[in-house]
Amino acid sequence: MTMSSLDNTVTDQEQQPLSTEARSGGRKRSITRRRLKVLAVQLGIVVVLLGSWELLVRGGVLDALLYGQPTRIVNQLYIWVTQGTDNGSLGQQITVTIEEALIGFFIGTALGIVFGVAMGRIQFLSEVIGPFLKVINAVPRIVLGSSFVVMFGLGLMSKVMLVIVLVFFGVFFNAFQGTREVDKNFIANAEILGASKWQVTRQVVIPSAFSWIIASLHVAFGFALIGAIVGEFLGSQEGLGNLIRQAQGNLNQNGIWAAMLIMAVVALIAEWLITRLENRLLRWRPPQHSAAAEA
Amino acid sequence: MTTVSESPTIGRDAAASMSPAIEMTAATKRFRTPDGSSYTALKNLDLRVERGEFCAIVGPTGCGKSTALTLAAGMERASGGAVRVFGKEVTGITPNAGFMFQTDAILPWQSVLENVAAGPRYRGVAKNTAYRDARDWIRRVGLAGFESNYPHQLSGGMRKRVALAQNLINEPELLLMDEPFSALDVQTRAKMSTELLGLWEQSKPAVVFVTHDLEEAIALADKVVVMTAGPAAGVKATFHIDLPRPRVVQEIRFDKKFNEIYQNIWEALREEVDIAYAQTTRSVAPDGKEAE
Ligand SMILES: Nc1ncnc2c1ncn2[C@@H]1O[C@H](COP(=O)(O)OP(=O)(O)OP(=O)(O)O)[C@@H](O)[C@H]1O
Ligand SMILES: [Mg+2]
Repeated sequence: MTMSSLDNTVTDQEQQPLSTEARSGGRKRSITRRRLKVLAVQLGIVVVLLGSWELLVRGGVLDALLYGQPTRIVNQLYIWVTQGTDNGSLGQQITVTIEEALIGFFIGTALGIVFGVAMGRIQFLSEVIGPFLKVINAVPRIVLGSSFVVMFGLGLMSKVMLVIVLVFFGVFFNAFQGTREVDKNFIANAEILGASKWQVTRQVVIPSAFSWIIASLHVAFGFALIGAIVGEFLGSQEGLGNLIRQAQGNLNQNGIWAAMLIMAVVALIAEWLITRLENRLLRWRPPQHSAAAEA
Repeated sequence: MTTVSESPTIGRDAAASMSPAIEMTAATKRFRTPDGSSYTALKNLDLRVERGEFCAIVGPTGCGKSTALTLAAGMERASGGAVRVFGKEVTGITPNAGFMFQTDAILPWQSVLENVAAGPRYRGVAKNTAYRDARDWIRRVGLAGFESNYPHQLSGGMRKRVALAQNLINEPELLLMDEPFSALDVQTRAKMSTELLGLWEQSKPAVVFVTHDLEEAIALADKVVVMTAGPAAGVKATFHIDLPRPRVVQEIRFDKKFNEIYQNIWEALREEVDIAYAQTTRSVAPDGKEAE
């Protein structure tokens, strides 16, 4: 057997079509039509819900003071945008809250990944630290918010701490589990090829655990927003949580709804960004996993 | 030329100067079972593989073929006896060895190129050099043009080629293969076997090739080792295959001598397969327990 006869010896049966564009082109139109239909129905549901809410309030069935009113919520938003809030501009409030959530989210996620992977890889560490984490996890952590306000004051710090605590555990447990689930053959193969312990962790364990970790980020960002808002609610001078608290004090139901609406938009944008990150980092996966998100 | 010789050790004088690739003497492997007792998979296994020798191992399912390979690779430690690779007692992952797993072990999140270049990269070779060598090996295993594909974009046979290139790029002196082609269809398997022989003849590492396919074993190997049924499995017999090389796996089956050899080895193998089959169909648990 000579070397040249080994070249390009992939048999026909082993060749696979690398692009499925030809097929998906034909299906594209019907998919678009389906999506339009879904969108139309969804829009209809929203219109009906908001419309009946508005009508019920106007007709006097629901008390505007207790339940709020869609048009007045819009009006409240308009006032905030044009005249600012009692704490300063609306943009400022949103920025403060997002800043707290993001800083806490990144630190909490980083800590969660480091601890999760380390404890998944090092048996001794998980035996020592495991029980402590179980105890802390059993505490209703949101209560720590009050404690942090006392400890760190009304500023950024107390919110960031609360966010870290809320974000950490979700990410940690997923990173730990993901590390434990790594295919043993992948690790053995890398070791035989010459990988050190650290190289196995970097090249095999972390990428493998990533699908678990990323899955936890969706929930973790929701927790980050909750942490920031609740933190502000418990004690602060600005931020969306502070606006909500003021609105509650003034029995301004429309203000509460308006702040909630802003948060929802922020959460949706974050969700979209995380999904994009997911598709980027996990693009090695077979298409059926990511196609839904891309479509 | 003699067709078949049946002896446990050969070539003492020839290999005296150099230690053999693998030398297991009375190697024993016990596993702890989930219920706390222990199970003896291998007992007093004697196996010797010379440098540059192509050794095939056949035996009934569950007898301990994979276990024997993991002992040589250093993935598991022997519970008793000695396991030496190139004269050195195995205490950790065996250096300069390659291992091809039965199931895919290439990383799905790395491209073909990254997977093949992994070994040199782990060993500190510069990226450019590693990638250049990797491209060369990808070409040699017939995957040119697929460098940037991910494993899920390849067929089963192509993934095996990646695994083969990934191991050969490290220029192992010992290549351990655990039913590497068993997941492939018959034609692809024969083709890959022939290619494996071609690549093997270029650098002549010692190869231990575990398979359930006796034809494949004879077509490839210098020596076929038949193992006894487990528990406490050992070597039943060793057969030397002196069919001329180079061999073409697809055609060697029609050779008259091939059939004689086949008959001989099948006699030995069938008894063990029958024993193993009787055990599994009777009751698995009580027989499997450590009794000695
Ligand atoms: N980690 C383990 N713990 C407990 N028992 C094990 C372990 N690994 C293998 N065994 C047992 O050792 C015996 C030999 O296993 P091994 O995988 O080596 O068999 P094999 O000859 O490779 O089988 P096959 O041909 O089906 O691959 C089996 O009975 C198996 O149940
Ligand atoms: Mg096996």
